Amino acid sequence: MQPVIELSGLGVRFGSRDILKDLRVSLTGRTIGLLGPNGAGKSTLIQSLLGFCPLSSGTATIFGHDIRREQKQIRTVVGYMPENDSFIANMTAVSFIRMMAELSGLPKDAALERAHEVLFYVGLGEARYRPLGTYSLGMKQLAKLAQAIVHGPKLVILDEPTNGLDPPARIRMIKLISEMRAVSDMHIVLCSHLLRDVEETCEEVLILKQGRIVHYANLEEERRANKRFVELETRGNDAGFADALMELGCECASSGYGSGYGRFKMVCPVGFELREIYRLAADRDLQLRRLNYRRDTLEDIFLKAMEN
Amino acid sequence: MAVYKRTYKGYAGTLTPQWSRFMILPRYSYARLFQSKFLLMFLAACVIYPVGAAGFIYIAHNMSFLKALNVGAGNLLDVNETFFVFFCNFQGAMAYLLTAVVGPSLVSPDVTNNAMPLYLCRPFTRTEYVLGRMTVLLYLLAWITWIPGLILFGIQADMAGWDWTKNHLWIGWGVFAGLFVWSVVLSLIALAISAWVRWKIAAGGLILGVFFVGGGFGAAINAVMRTKNGSLIDIVQMMKVAWGQLFRYDTGIGISTAQAWMVLAAVSAISLWLLSRKVRAFEVVK
Repeated sequence: MQPVIELSGLGVRFGSRDILKDLRVSLTGRTIGLLGPNGAGKSTLIQSLLGFCPLSSGTATIFGHDIRREQKQIRTVVGYMPENDSFIANMTAVSFIRMMAELSGLPKDAALERAHEVLFYVGLGEARYRPLGTYSLGMKQLAKLAQAIVHGPKLVILDEPTNGLDPPARIRMIKLISEMRAVSDMHIVLCSHLLRDVEETCEEVLILKQGRIVHYANLEEERRANKRFVELETRGNDAGFADALMELGCECASSGYGSGYGRFKMVCPVGFELREIYRLAADRDLQLRRLNYRRDTLEDIFLKAMEN
Repeated sequence: MAVYKRTYKGYAGTLTPQWSRFMILPRYSYARLFQSKFLLMFLAACVIYPVGAAGFIYIAHNMSFLKALNVGAGNLLDVNETFFVFFCNFQGAMAYLLTAVVGPSLVSPDVTNNAMPLYLCRPFTRTEYVLGRMTVLLYLLAWITWIPGLILFGIQADMAGWDWTKNHLWIGWGVFAGLFVWSVVLSLIALAISAWVRWKIAAGGLILGVFFVGGGFGAAINAVMRTKNGSLIDIVQMMKVAWGQLFRYDTGIGISTAQAWMVLAAVSAISLWLLSRKVRAFEVVK
């Protein structure tokens, strides 16, 4: 599969300060999350991919196009939603989006048609003839999303799309992003410091810290590969229960053993089926009063990456 | 796709040629600019002098009309290089005022609203952006400067005959080249100021100020230092020297034409450098 984005030793330096250092990764997912604390270099990475920042070392490709040499081809297939307010205040939304579509190469009539369509799609249909300067923050975010997708890009880069949104607006934005992914063959790069946004929408995550990649994960695979932490509370005679669990490959620690009120903390091996626990308990006529099944959240992954 | 369905669909249609895209910016700018009644009235006022000049040329060549008015042809000003130099001076001044009105609103809204990344994340370069914005002014200025100038030259050529035209083609060239260079210099200065000064009124004032302050300081330096080199910082004087070369007359400013052209080139280069510092998708805060 052709990588969507491939970083090959990419470095960016502003003055004497290294902002991005020797980034190497190949991203192939449909939705890619870019995570990191403030100042980690997320926005700089996006700007480098768009050709805004000069590279100090290495290079990168987007759909096989080198960002040093093939900027125009890249910009033809990429849509970008910047983090900050970016619009022309005295233009109506429809003429602004139309102009952006035309600058991306759409003919006048097609640009007008697409401008109306995307404004309806993002939920600004009724407000499309209002000047952008009169929009609320949530509406401005939607207008920015509309300009990013108006030309039908293959890759959309969304820089903090839920910034400053209230909960309903945030949910709507996340829903839109998920929908875009579901109904088209568009790839999405979502840059955010809100783990929940990334967790809800992304398949792959790239975590940056101080200009370096500290973790790259395919979220689904990561979740599957994670050791599973299970907490059990039992009632009844639990003699031999811990040994039986360990025979199945679980790491197990227990308290209250033999008192009739057992507590077990266990780490299940990869591919372990929880029904084995129920079977063992049934064999021993042991009541399972509580079973907490906990797997690594993105927050766990992120915190681990930050500790590393 | 009907809008009511509200589903997303990619675009698979044709694309416009890359070279034509810089013309998108002027189209949207004109749509906004021509909503201003003041600008429309100003443009109308800019046409008054060329229309009057055209009438003058017609009368100067219409003996029966002159006889009816009991005016001899010799009493009227000849239609020669002086006539066109005066035209250039007058319309050049109007172009200068028009630039001060239109110029500030060209780049500053994009810089103020952080819209540069939206332009430059598309297949649209910084050069195309500057060219597009410059075209807004160049096109407007053309309609009040060298286009009417060439129309006047055409009217005069038609009335005076082939011999006059053949011998005075350099005047036509002077009208075009002189006013076009003036338009380019004005446009670049206006764009540079518009990129750096976000407040429109201040930017308009600064566009006027660059010329007045340069002229004032130039005159002061000339008076105090008893030299003529002070005129080197007076862009208007430099343009007059360049026009002097094109229209083959001595301006008496005391600066060589090579120096004048170099000053105009330097002003344009500085304006482009200033533009290149601002027309970019991001700013590095050091």
